Amino acid sequence: MFKAKVLIKRRKTILDPQGKAVEIGAKHLGLGNIKNTRIDKYIEFNVDTKNKKAAEDEVNDYCKKLLANPIMEDFEFTLEEIK
Amino acid sequence: MKQPKFGIVVFPGSNCDHDTYYVLRKILDLDVIFLWHKQSALENCDVIILPGGFSYGDYLRTGAIARFSPIMNEVIKFANKGGYIFGICNGFQILLEAGLLPGVMIRNESLNFVCKDVYLKIENKKTAFTKGIEGKNSLKIPIAHGEGNYFADERTLIELEDNNQIVFKYCSNNGSINSEANPNGSIMNIAGIINKQGNVMGMMPHPERSSDSVLGKTDGSLIFKALVNNILN
Repeated sequence: MFKAKVLIKRRKTILDPQGKAVEIGAKHLGLGNIKNTRIDKYIEFNVDTKNKKAAEDEVNDYCKKLLANPIMEDFEFTLEEIK
Repeated sequence: MKQPKFGIVVFPGSNCDHDTYYVLRKILDLDVIFLWHKQSALENCDVIILPGGFSYGDYLRTGAIARFSPIMNEVIKFANKGGYIFGICNGFQILLEAGLLPGVMIRNESLNFVCKDVYLKIENKKTAFTKGIEGKNSLKIPIAHGEGNYFADERTLIELEDNNQIVFKYCSNNGSINSEANPNGSIMNIAGIINKQGNVMGMMPHPERSSDSVLGKTDGSLIFKALVNNILN
């Protein structure tokens, strides 16, 4: 069994209205050095396989078909064996 | 040909399914049924409507989970065979996620959920959904969405323009297209697009909410009527 940790990031060319709005909050807090706030997604789950390659293939599939939209997002992930 | 039969897909979280049914059955006197998202038969419908709402709570991305509902396999096959599909609001978002229409939808630029009447300019008057709508500078139809900010890369936009796939743009009530008339930040003021083959259309505004004269506006019904007439002829 593996623990997958997936990070899904919106491409830099695509506006992130949430990040922009949150950054306005930073300005109001007096945190004037905060730039380019982007809000992305972090997803965790387990993959019940014995073999790491099989887990990788399944996570890739999950990310490409459902978790990320390849038109606007990129993803990366790590797998950690759970004993 | 007989009157076309409409099928309205009901996903968990759809909430404009009954409004659309009401308009098609009671106002326009058409044959219409509901199709539960777990069934696979399209029951000989000629037009499939993906209605507005918040399918699966809009979790992950709008339309992302509904796109994998069992009925969607049949909807995609139906689209590829030339069947008419009309996605309204959340239905449009599902069509984007399913890859039946190009581009993506992101959060409104203002971050606000925007619910108000807008004006639409018909950019392509030759589609099955718009042919025959005459004498109008713009259509008055409401929007109600938090994620209606249409985005596509430059290559996709050029393709949309070259193939006349942009059907509706947000405009002012005299028909001029400008940033003040853009309610959500959509690129090029895009409110609705169609596929290259001309049988799959998606739009963010809700024509079913402006089809009953009791509500003081009926421009939305022109789209449903145009579709029926164009299928019959």
